[in-house]
Amino acid sequence: MMNTQTLAYGDVAVGDKLPPLKIDITSGLITGAAIATRDFTPVHHEKWAAQAGGLPDVFMNILTSNGFMGRFVTDWAGPDSTIKGVSLKLGAPNLPGFVMTVTGEVKAKDDYSGIVEVAVEGENNVWGTHMSGTVKIELPKEA
Amino acid sequence: MTPEERKDLEEKIHAFVGREVSAPTRGLDDVNAPMIRHYCEVLGDENPVYTDAGFAEKSSKGGLIAPPTMLQVWSMEGYPMCQEPEMDVQRELHKVFDDSGFIGVLGTNTTSEYYRDLRPGDQVTTHCVIDSISEQKATARGIGYFIETLYTFTDQNDEEIGKLVFRVLKFIPNDSNEADASDDSGDDGMPETPSRIASPRGHDNAWWWEAVDNGAVLIQRCKSCKTLRHPPRPMCGECQSMEWDSIESSLDGEVFSFTQIHYPKFPGYPYPLVIGVISLSEGTRLIANIVGCEPEDVTIGMKVKGKVEQVDEKTMLPQFYPLPVDKK
Repeated sequence: MMNTQTLAYGDVAVGDKLPPLKIDITSGLITGAAIATRDFTPVHHEKWAAQAGGLPDVFMNILTSNGFMGRFVTDWAGPDSTIKGVSLKLGAPNLPGFVMTVTGEVKAKDDYSGIVEVAVEGENNVWGTHMSGTVKIELPKEA
Repeated sequence: MTPEERKDLEEKIHAFVGREVSAPTRGLDDVNAPMIRHYCEVLGDENPVYTDAGFAEKSSKGGLIAPPTMLQVWSMEGYPMCQEPEMDVQRELHKVFDDSGFIGVLGTNTTSEYYRDLRPGDQVTTHCVIDSISEQKATARGIGYFIETLYTFTDQNDEEIGKLVFRVLKFIPNDSNEADASDDSGDDGMPETPSRIASPRGHDNAWWWEAVDNGAVLIQRCKSCKTLRHPPRPMCGECQSMEWDSIESSLDGEVFSFTQIHYPKFPGYPYPLVIGVISLSEGTRLIANIVGCEPEDVTIGMKVKGKVEQVDEKTMLPQFYPLPVDKK
């Protein structure tokens, strides 16, 4: 659920945990999000193409994982926050039928820029870590 | 691959570093509200500054913005990606790798920076160069090279609005990995949750694991000098005798040392995962999981009691519980 009240920079402390997010991975989500990100690479919508690459089914594209990194952090930070950067390391693929649980923790704050670094990890229930990395988000000095 | 072939390949690929992949290209669609809405709809992103014009107007954004994570979306070529793609510098580079057997390709990292929020009407032009190619690396997927492609994005005023470094591994696939992936599905097509890594059983230690399968932890004993030893091996370190038998451990022990595995998490193992070196009362040491308590409560010297238990559908293992003993 989206937090419609934006967090102020001073409200956030290193070590704060973000509310976890559970995402049901379906063929609809994988394919729909691949198309919404304009990524028509066959492995994201054509099962036989994914199988030719050694996986049992279509799998989530990188742009979607990147999008979930951002959404997860803005859900917590609120609408007046500004995403400044995402670094994303990809792990095990997300396939239909999996459930990905995304967790996060505030790792650093920069008083000068008002930018907060949040470490984010998305782990699926079958193959483990799907994505991990850092989202840099600017928070208003006052809410 | 001979050293000469490798040198030849590396000369060819390094000639690509610094080359522009294609001329700067303006996105097929400028930033626009319908594509933003579709993206937010599928990703379940309810941030009102992306889709609620009334809310966005009154917010600090002063109007609708695109999710910053959509930056690369504005550069995508769309449906032609699933037909025979046109050759560009990036695909030429991949072909050089393919021709040397590095046919695997895996996106491993993206690092994006967003310099400002984009609004409907903004025009996005993409500039793309091959930024770097690593030394040859041995990875879990196979031997390969990491290619970093740098995308720089500019707007209608030629101002930089963001950048993206995309890291790809081109590799010679390990056959075993491919077999794993394709054999890994159950009857309904869903991949099965992996079980624990099977114990390695060889000539000198299979008897020990077979005893564990039957619920007992044995300790090897030299027949000539009666010295106990573990892990199993053919010769006594004290008297060099190769004659041996075994005794069954009582599984009374104490924690000699321990560690907790945090990252990376291995599928098929329960977390938190604590692994101890247990000093058994018989005098040998055994590596096993410490369970039945919080990791914070494990201390060196803690008295423990072991039980041989079934830990997944295929695996019997000794595990150690803190005393008082769980009477079962």
